[in-house]
Amino acid sequence: MALVTMTIAAEQRGAVPAERTAAKKWARLARPALGLVLPVTLAVVWEFVVRMGWASGRLAPPPSVIFQEFVDLARSGDLQRNTLVTLGRVAAGFGCGVAVATIVGAAAGYSPVIRRLLDPSLQALRAIPSIAWVPLFVLWLGIFEASKITLIAVGVFFPVYLGVMGAIQSVDRKLVEVGRAFRLSDVQMVRRILLPAVLPAYVIALRSGLGLGWMFVAAAELLGASEGLGYLLLDGQELGKPAEIVAAIVAFAVVGKATDWLIALAAAPFLRWEDVVRQE
Amino acid sequence: MLVLDRVSKTYPNGVHALGGVSVEVDPGEIVAVIGGSGCGKSTLLRAISGLDPASEGTVLLDGERISAPHQKIGIIFQEPRLLPWLKVAGNVGFGLGDRPKQERAARVATTLKRVGLADKAAMWPRELSGGQAQRVAIARALVPRPEVLLLDEPFSALDAFTRTDLQDHLLDLWADAKPTLILVTHDVDEAIVLADRVMVMCPRPGRIFDEIAVDLPRPRDRQSAAFDFVKRRVLAALDRSLSRAVAPADGEAKASAGAALWW
Ligand SMILES: Nc1ncnc2c1ncn2[C@@H]1O[C@H](COP(=O)(O)OP(=O)(O)OP(=O)(O)O)[C@@H](O)[C@H]1O
Ligand SMILES: [Mg+2]
Repeated sequence: MALVTMTIAAEQRGAVPAERTAAKKWARLARPALGLVLPVTLAVVWEFVVRMGWASGRLAPPPSVIFQEFVDLARSGDLQRNTLVTLGRVAAGFGCGVAVATIVGAAAGYSPVIRRLLDPSLQALRAIPSIAWVPLFVLWLGIFEASKITLIAVGVFFPVYLGVMGAIQSVDRKLVEVGRAFRLSDVQMVRRILLPAVLPAYVIALRSGLGLGWMFVAAAELLGASEGLGYLLLDGQELGKPAEIVAAIVAFAVVGKATDWLIALAAAPFLRWEDVVRQE
Repeated sequence: MLVLDRVSKTYPNGVHALGGVSVEVDPGEIVAVIGGSGCGKSTLLRAISGLDPASEGTVLLDGERISAPHQKIGIIFQEPRLLPWLKVAGNVGFGLGDRPKQERAARVATTLKRVGLADKAAMWPRELSGGQAQRVAIARALVPRPEVLLLDEPFSALDAFTRTDLQDHLLDLWADAKPTLILVTHDVDEAIVLADRVMVMCPRPGRIFDEIAVDLPRPRDRQSAAFDFVKRRVLAALDRSLSRAVAPADGEAKASAGAALWW
């Protein structure tokens, strides 16, 4: 009897770890899935409500209609063409904004004189909501690409500028001293100490800059464009096609997320050392 | 030979941190520098390293004037100061950037083995314990084969056991190439275990107050009577250095002078 109890106990003890790892694996998969429960439920419920005829779904189309609109837009090539146009604008604005912000931010972070010279003006400009520039940009640059790209670049500029400046200022002086003790030249100091030290904050700055870039491309296109995802939004509004609007919104979300993910992916190999901290 | 000739340092804020320090250190000698807090030990070490050159006087290494970091001089700080984005091997090889890759890898491997961390080569600095990280820092400073190695309270952040362990280890490593060691410490035992000569400094401005030769055979027994004898002499010199420096300015500080040493 005692022997039997003991073997059972032993078996149970042996079973526990296996069960626990299985449960852990499940939990790891389930945790992100939990976030899907709400949107999926809402979508299914709304689809059901419209199918049953309890609501017309004219102003808020059900998922199936949006999907159909997506397919139609893709089949006609409108989706791809407009997405590419918007993507091109973001790329151009982001590129210009990042380039200028990196140079100015690095200079201001490195040299107190330049910081005192530039930073107050830039901080003042930052207080202006970027959209407020639009009329001026249109007057100066016309209603076509140049004014849109400038607006995006301005939106991208500020977070990247602040991020770069802050990152350079907060580089650990003690690590710079290690570089000095090993007699690094200025170029080596930048390459072997400053760049790696600044990179994590820079990637974060780039990602928030990109987020603003997407925000401002939508604003710029809504204010007047003949193509682009923002144009689809306008078109859907004017023709009373909510499905087209939602399809454009979804396209914005997908492409925006994808570009953000690309930056994260490109930076990941250089930031592996950071992961060690995050895991703790 | 390392020669300091009337080395003085006045910081831009007017603090007169060093007031004419003259010392000669033979190649391979181990010198410990000890003294109350703020008496200019770190300032002296930084002047020798060239990181923060003296405002007056000269530091000569083999006749060459040191006014900027020099390839023959290595330095180990109180914190390991490893670069977090380089793995252990990358940190150890940091000072060999100008060498061919193969040579670098070989020297890093032998040095890592020498400090007993061969198995940690592929780890990130954050994955090391405090003692392991400081050993990596020691390896990093040793890899370029310096003639003079400066250490500013290198073990003060470690627990007592790790500290004695690393003291013994440092002596062991020193025996390989016998560089000149200049070690700043707050720990009298540490100074006596390691050094051939203990220099006691006094503050405002920092000067050499006394020098005590440690003529004990190595390895030194921290419990022996001879050790204790030297220790008493060093402690007495320390006490005098603190009271003499403090007495004219402030009478009551005299009583607490002994305690002040430890901070
Ligand atoms: N960068 C600096 N600028 C101005 N004054 C400084 C600077 N560094 C040190 N001092 C001053 O110089 C004096 C000597 O400082 P130092 O750091 O050399 O002392 P220390 O002997 O190393 O002290 P501790 O044992 O606490 O490390 C102190 O009075 C300190 O305030
Ligand atoms: Mg100090």
